Amino acid sequence: MNANDYLSLNFKDIRELFPIDTRRDFLKRLGGGIIIFVALGDFLEAQEEGRPRGGPPGLPSDFNAFLKIGEDGRITCFTGKIEMGQGPITSLPQMLAEELDAPLDAVDIVMGDTDLCPWDMGTFGSMTTRFFGPALRAAGAEAKRVLLELAAESLKVPVSQLAAKDGVIFDRQNPEHRLTYGQLAKGQKIQRHLTAKPALKEVAEFKLIGKPLLRRDAHDKVTGAGHYTGDVRLPGMLYAKILRPPAHGAKLKSADTAAARAIPGVQVVQDDDLIAVLHPFPDVAEGALEKIKAEFDIPEATVDDKNIFDHLLGAAPPANVLAQGGDLEQGRKLAAKKIESTYLNSYVAHAAMETHAALASIEGGKATVWASTQNPFGARDEIARAIGFEPQNVRVITPYVGGGFGGKTFNLQAVEAARLAKRVGKPVQVMWSREEEFFFDTFRPAAIVKISSGVDGAGKMTFWDYKVFFAGDRGAPQFYTVPNHRTVAHGGGWRAPEGSHPFGTGAWRAPGNNTNTHARESQIDMLAAAAGVDPVEFRLRNLSDPKMIRVLKAAADHFGWTPAKAPAKRGYGVACGIDAGTYVAAIAEVAVNAGDGSVQVKRVVCAQDMGMVINPEGARIQMEGCITMGLGYALTEEVHFKGGKVLDTNFDTYEIPQFSWVPKIETIILDANDNPPQGGGEPAIVVMGAVVANAIFDATGARLFQLPMTPDRVKEALGKV
Amino acid sequence: MNAAFLFCGSWREQPLKPENAMTDAISFKLNDKPVRLEVDGDRPLLWVLRTDLGLTGTKLGCGEGYCGCCTVLVDKIATRSCLLKMSDVRDKEVRTIEGLAANGKLHPVQKAFIEHDALQCGFCIPGQVLHAVSLLNKNPHPTREEIIRGMNNNFCRCGAHTRIIDAIQSAAVEMKGGR
Repeated sequence: MNANDYLSLNFKDIRELFPIDTRRDFLKRLGGGIIIFVALGDFLEAQEEGRPRGGPPGLPSDFNAFLKIGEDGRITCFTGKIEMGQGPITSLPQMLAEELDAPLDAVDIVMGDTDLCPWDMGTFGSMTTRFFGPALRAAGAEAKRVLLELAAESLKVPVSQLAAKDGVIFDRQNPEHRLTYGQLAKGQKIQRHLTAKPALKEVAEFKLIGKPLLRRDAHDKVTGAGHYTGDVRLPGMLYAKILRPPAHGAKLKSADTAAARAIPGVQVVQDDDLIAVLHPFPDVAEGALEKIKAEFDIPEATVDDKNIFDHLLGAAPPANVLAQGGDLEQGRKLAAKKIESTYLNSYVAHAAMETHAALASIEGGKATVWASTQNPFGARDEIARAIGFEPQNVRVITPYVGGGFGGKTFNLQAVEAARLAKRVGKPVQVMWSREEEFFFDTFRPAAIVKISSGVDGAGKMTFWDYKVFFAGDRGAPQFYTVPNHRTVAHGGGWRAPEGSHPFGTGAWRAPGNNTNTHARESQIDMLAAAAGVDPVEFRLRNLSDPKMIRVLKAAADHFGWTPAKAPAKRGYGVACGIDAGTYVAAIAEVAVNAGDGSVQVKRVVCAQDMGMVINPEGARIQMEGCITMGLGYALTEEVHFKGGKVLDTNFDTYEIPQFSWVPKIETIILDANDNPPQGGGEPAIVVMGAVVANAIFDATGARLFQLPMTPDRVKEALGKV
Repeated sequence: MNAAFLFCGSWREQPLKPENAMTDAISFKLNDKPVRLEVDGDRPLLWVLRTDLGLTGTKLGCGEGYCGCCTVLVDKIATRSCLLKMSDVRDKEVRTIEGLAANGKLHPVQKAFIEHDALQCGFCIPGQVLHAVSLLNKNPHPTREEIIRGMNNNFCRCGAHTRIIDAIQSAAVEMKGGR
């Protein structure tokens, strides 16, 4: 099976957007130089096999990226993508400088400013390098072609006699005969729309792509000079704290704001359902908010973190068949051993260290909003709708984003700041407290996977009957060679019919795939144990995809895996997965404390085939980040709730990974530079639930079916061994 | 850093004070410069730094002392500024991330974070760096285990932990204390 079959990006979950204003004022402001426009949509049409045809809905028809070579020789890339730690601030200029033969330090990047950058759908789905990267490289190649033509004219030699290097074009026969890109751009007013895909460099020609580079924003971030949204200051700005209901679904009955109003300098605003206190100091606003006496009608709580799974199974939408083949009944008959399991995972929070923040300023009919967002253009449209402006009269600027993981694709805080700024006529900052962050987070949905499967006497799988509820289809289709199989999804993504979840749910790093891979790879392990076959050997016996075989073998070799039937009391586990086109295999070693049920992950080896790698250093950091973050949903992270009341309000009860949890991490990136780049920010997290569960099984013989594998659940499972 | 920046951040000429609020004159040293503020002594240091003084490198992560994003040095010891009142820093020496690099020369811990790529989104990094500086002040010869224990309550969601540990080990060596 092909990696691209797994490119489920859940575009259908992206809401309808406003029509895109295609030609905006910024074109007039660009001034002189050379400007290359490129349309990602065209490239998707023309792309190699497997890319979503025509791209996602709502792509602009003219262009969505461009670069400018200024008369001063500076090269600037304008993109609607944002930097939230995942590294495009380094990798995008790296790609551009490569195709342009320009020095990296001559390349600037402007990100996530809706007035300066062309429309972009948002930064999620591990799409920046995969889909935006080729377009940007094409723009760079086209710009170089224009520069060569200009140089040929100026130097009066044919293009074929010219070469480009480090931002200079020179005559091969007389290298002193040269012009810099700045000299070539001077006095020019060239705007070029890319219509055909120019020839990109071959891998062998790369000087910069594939070279490990350190982050370009590190100096800013270690000195405190880098600005996040909450750090932006405007004269006269006010800080708003907003009255929140105690539970989702609660309705305000009454609010007495007199005591808050009595505090000097405090302004209380009521705008329909929005009651806010504003003050030049955020801490004073917070104190004033506490003085508001409010009463709410709270709906009776019927669901909680214990009974939610029964509730969800009762509310499940009809099945959608994702894959099927052969004859399940026949497969059941052929099975020597059959295993039926139900896997559960709880709601999980994004918990980025930066809470949602926005600063809105409205002047002369134009709103400017700084926002911590993964989709500035979506935020722009949400704000425009809320305050009754045309989208072109709303500008969203995205400073550094302090972590997103899918949680900053909804922009309520930006809407709140804009509504309040409109009401009070002054700039207003809204920065959520940690408690608000937990309350309004769009959690990874609680989900259920039911699998019935069987294996024959030779250790080959005979059937695979897979049902996923509420996690969605990403990562659900399995990639083993099973003659009789069916995979169905109840619910297509993180969205679910009204009444399913007691609060908001959304995309959480590799949405759906953590749930699906946990279930699939746990079940594969159980089949291996039932067949009495080593879990690595069992997988190899049931795989035919050479890419996955290569990745799994690389992980096993590096780990020093020796075959043994689990549970071998070694504490070794293995899991494989595919996400965003990237193949991953991980092997972990754990130690289980049978007394208190705690699990220490001691070592994780992770191998990945992600196609062409732009910045190997950045790719490794993403793998390490995935492995570390994945420990959380594997071991501790679950949202506790009663009805619409979220009981976790801070990191005391919601435990995220800490230094003492972190294993020795070894990452392997397989050489696959001849293939297009695939996702990097998400894939390695998908294996973490299963690799730890399988290692616990190997250590103890206890099988855990529910994430997270808390000490209580580990002890309970140990009791059943 | 010049005094003007210290007092007005990027735009404010005089620190604001709420009308009729109970204020007190609090003197302390901030990034090596003496500061005297007319301020309500109960206000949290975090917000006075970020709002009144425009020093936004100190971040709000959780507001309750769990995560360490708001870490500053008070008399050279890492302290959570969200839990500290202004009256707690009277006559003390406070150092924020903005005051760590001396005359534009990065502190060895800052340099090591850059060289190890020990950050992603960067939001927790001012707190991580200052906590590491404090740790190395107390223990210039930390083992890897001691670094892990010492840093354990500074949270990072992106998962830069292993690189942060490596960076602190390198910085210790650079500061000629490591082992």
